[in-house]
Amino acid sequence: MKYLAFAAGVLTATAAWAEKPVLTIYTYDSFVADWGPGPQIEAAFEATCDCDLQFVAAGDGAALLARVKLEGARTDADIVLGLDTNLTAAAVETGLFAPHSVTADYDLPVAWDDATFVPYDWGYFAFVHNAELAAPANFRALAESDLKIVIQDPRSSTPGLGLLMWVKTAYGDEAPAIWEGLADNIVTVTKGWSEAYGLFLDGEADMVLSYTTSPAYHLIAEDDATRAAAAFDEGHYLQIEVAGKLAGTDQPELADRFLAFMVTEAFQSVIPTTNWMYPAVTPESGLPAGFETLTVPERALLVPPAQASEVRDAALAEWLAALSR
Amino acid sequence: MAGRAQPVSPAAGLAAAALVAAVILGPVAAVLWRAEGGRGLGPADWAAIRFSVTQAVLSATLSVALAIPVARALARRGFPGRAVLVTLLGAPFILPVIVAVFGLLAVFGRSGWISDAASLVGLPPLQIYGLHGVVLAHVFFNLPLATRLILQGWRDIPAEHFRLAAQLGFGPRDSTRWLERPMLARLVPGIWAVVFAICLTSFAVALTLGGGPRATTVELAIYQAFLFDFDLGRAALLALIQIALAGSAAALALWLSPGEGSGGGLDRMTRRWDTGGPGLALWDGALIALTALFLLLPLAAIVADGLGGLTRLPPQVWEASLRSVLVALASTALMLVLALPMALAVASGRRLAGDGAGILGLAASPLVIGTGFFILLNPWISPASLALPVTALVNVLMALPFALRILIPAARDTAQGYGRLGLSLDMRPRDWLARVVLPRMRVRLGFAAGLTAALSMGDLGVIALFADAEAATLPLQMYRLMGSYQTEAAAGAALLLLALSLGLFWVFDAVGRRGAEA
Amino acid sequence: MRWGGAVLRLEDLIIDNGGFRVAATLQVPKGARVAVMGPSGAGKSTLLGAVAGFHDTPRGRILWDGGDITALPPGKRPCAILFQDGNLFPHLSIAQNVGLGIDPGLRLNADQRARVTRALARVGLGGLDDRKPAQLSGGQQSRAALARVLVQDKPLLLLDEPFAALGPALKADMLELVAELAAETGATLMMVTHDPADARRIADQVIVVEDGVAHPPTATAALLDHPPEGLRAYLGRD
Repeated sequence: MKYLAFAAGVLTATAAWAEKPVLTIYTYDSFVADWGPGPQIEAAFEATCDCDLQFVAAGDGAALLARVKLEGARTDADIVLGLDTNLTAAAVETGLFAPHSVTADYDLPVAWDDATFVPYDWGYFAFVHNAELAAPANFRALAESDLKIVIQDPRSSTPGLGLLMWVKTAYGDEAPAIWEGLADNIVTVTKGWSEAYGLFLDGEADMVLSYTTSPAYHLIAEDDATRAAAAFDEGHYLQIEVAGKLAGTDQPELADRFLAFMVTEAFQSVIPTTNWMYPAVTPESGLPAGFETLTVPERALLVPPAQASEVRDAALAEWLAALSR
Repeated sequence: MAGRAQPVSPAAGLAAAALVAAVILGPVAAVLWRAEGGRGLGPADWAAIRFSVTQAVLSATLSVALAIPVARALARRGFPGRAVLVTLLGAPFILPVIVAVFGLLAVFGRSGWISDAASLVGLPPLQIYGLHGVVLAHVFFNLPLATRLILQGWRDIPAEHFRLAAQLGFGPRDSTRWLERPMLARLVPGIWAVVFAICLTSFAVALTLGGGPRATTVELAIYQAFLFDFDLGRAALLALIQIALAGSAAALALWLSPGEGSGGGLDRMTRRWDTGGPGLALWDGALIALTALFLLLPLAAIVADGLGGLTRLPPQVWEASLRSVLVALASTALMLVLALPMALAVASGRRLAGDGAGILGLAASPLVIGTGFFILLNPWISPASLALPVTALVNVLMALPFALRILIPAARDTAQGYGRLGLSLDMRPRDWLARVVLPRMRVRLGFAAGLTAALSMGDLGVIALFADAEAATLPLQMYRLMGSYQTEAAAGAALLLLALSLGLFWVFDAVGRRGAEA
Repeated sequence: MRWGGAVLRLEDLIIDNGGFRVAATLQVPKGARVAVMGPSGAGKSTLLGAVAGFHDTPRGRILWDGGDITALPPGKRPCAILFQDGNLFPHLSIAQNVGLGIDPGLRLNADQRARVTRALARVGLGGLDDRKPAQLSGGQQSRAALARVLVQDKPLLLLDEPFAALGPALKADMLELVAELAAETGATLMMVTHDPADARRIADQVIVVEDGVAHPPTATAALLDHPPEGLRAYLGRD
């Protein structure tokens, strides 16, 4: 009797759970971490949608795209969140993504007119270090120093790819020489951002490739002003992080609602102090206190999305060649 | 009607061997079919091949070179705790790679124990990532293996020879020349080749301690072609290279192999008279102490760091643990079902059938098989939905060569010692298995099962290719925790994984030993 | 009875033991006690092994009581055999080892268990049922193996030097016991031996095996008193 009641309970619970539509979003690891934006955004969206929002950590940006390609039409994902402008053209080319209909008054450093992807935050790549370190002022100085750095793999991670584009846009044909100079500074190349940042925090390196906004995390969340981002005089490469809906989604309306939700106050106000990036639409209250202390690059570098694939392939070949020596 | 060696036909074993061969060769064929010459081999691919070979040569050479003096010290010194140390030398073999890496980082990392100690006296910190880290980890795993194998060589020198040596007034140098060097010359090439073959296809170590394109093994390059580029043709091309590399290494190991050691009794000592003076004793003592420290410190670090995290493990870790235990048990069951009949068939004189299939397992690396399975499955079904079965199956294939090495001598002894008696008593196959084979092979079966369970529990290989974000095994979950800077949870997961791997080994081994008799 | 007609016939038989060949054309009378003698490596064990069914016989036939047993597996042949070693399973008790002779699956009913106990008592091991072989002396182990032969109740008993490791007195005792058991059951006995004294004591006939040929049995006394040349060299006498 007890057993029957138990079984009935399980069945009804499953049924109730099954009735709620599930929106599955593939994203990167740090987005879903306890301290990341995931938990707050999940709660905020679920309060409006009567659905079950499930974030799935599927690796950093570039690996996300490979994962979706690998799963193809079979993928469970409805939305991929965490690509950037270096990957959007390649992503569109797969034919797996569907156009969006979101409009917003973006506070981005560039004009936004992408038909497939919706931006949700942005930032400048930078090497983060302990404040007492005499940081180099550019890649040449870094290459000549004995400083140890951790970077991410451009094939799997958007920061890693950003660094590749950064060096390429700043140095053009000299990029291979810069990479050869950097080779002995690189402690290791990680798969994703979290791993690299963790190694830096563990003391495995002097600097880590991250964002100019990363010190804000230590300052605001940990009240620790000892981390800084090195300002490079070549300029800093820009990252605009985006999300897109998969064409094969079984929840197209819910996915559209989420993309629209992304540019609203409820989502955007969470970004600065969880994802530690500049929001795509600045919240009414402005940026949190502490953000004014951050390094603001004098020059922003960005390869136009349409050319990114081509630049990437050439730069990647150079990078692999230089670092395999 | 003559010609049978025991009351069970080798047919089941031949069928098992054929199945194993098919399960290995099928994916290999898929890889051959799918490989694309396309872009050819880029500089990064050549770097991967170079690095695979370089690190394997260094790892094997260092492991064996260090193992010789350590084994010699252990062979001629008796001291309290010797038996424990010799047992400990067997532990790294069943230690999950990811757990060992975690322990090595805690000890040898830039902010590890040794670097901390070095900074007190003003020395620069250690760098563990890259070639030296990969070699360090491989030496951690293979120094104990090589030491045990070489120690076996010392044990197999008959005690009478040492008695004769004492009679002739041999000192340590004379013993080296007349007794030890011939033994080493016979053993060492084979042991070197085995370690070389193991290190050549290293994946998890290179994944965690490699340092970018400069420190990538071919096995890791396959994984990257998959998960970074989703380039199946390229992954298959790399897999083809890996087959050639690993196949040559396995052939080399087989060719140089000194054959089966007796495997037991390492904790006993041969009485020696040629132990030299106090200086030599000090040297031996220092070697033994350093080896013990080298093995114990990382294990201590895992326990010390893990205890705190154990109470704060996220629920995914428990789910992953359950998955891993189930995979390990499935692997173990399947291994027994395959390896026992194969061992019996080999014992009945069908040598090639059992050995051959086992060697195929050594030659084909997990990611090669994984790539092949992926290519075979992908058109029909989501490979991720079969992640756990494929992982269990590949783990069986990887454990099979070791299991066969453990089981075949016992199966052979049983068939040679009692096969004719069983035949003359007209025992049916079932009675022969239940009354004779299982009781007589019980200890070895338990050991092989324990080894398989532990290896499968700790494996981080093909699962990394197949698992989607949700169905991780414990080693993969731990790797993910390490990657997402959840250090405390990762430390807890490391300790849990260590406990589960050793625990599974211990349970199977103990069940095998319980009630075992002559 | 002992001199009845032939019961075991080897017709034009060629035995192949892994490339080593022995030819045999001979017959053994029912109830006979036959010693198999010859130089080391001549093929004595091979001859017994072929009768027991362990070796290939590319040519010829083995007949028992007029029936062709050449193709029968070892367990279906009318013989029990004791080897030089490996006659007892060391992980089974003495009673279990003997019980295997009645049912190789060891599913014994009360009567059968009583038979095991009687057989053990008959060979002088009463009360030792639950001992493991390792807990017995060499002589006792031989007795246990004989107890199993007793319950196997086969009409042909083959001994491939099972007592070789025992001392002379113990060996004599065991042969005495074998002779008694054979007499009680009426079994035909073939035993390999190196010792003419054993042959004289137990066997009424001798099969000489030399140079790959097993010769038909001849009367023991006559043969040993006037051995042919090959056997003489082996026996070390003029």
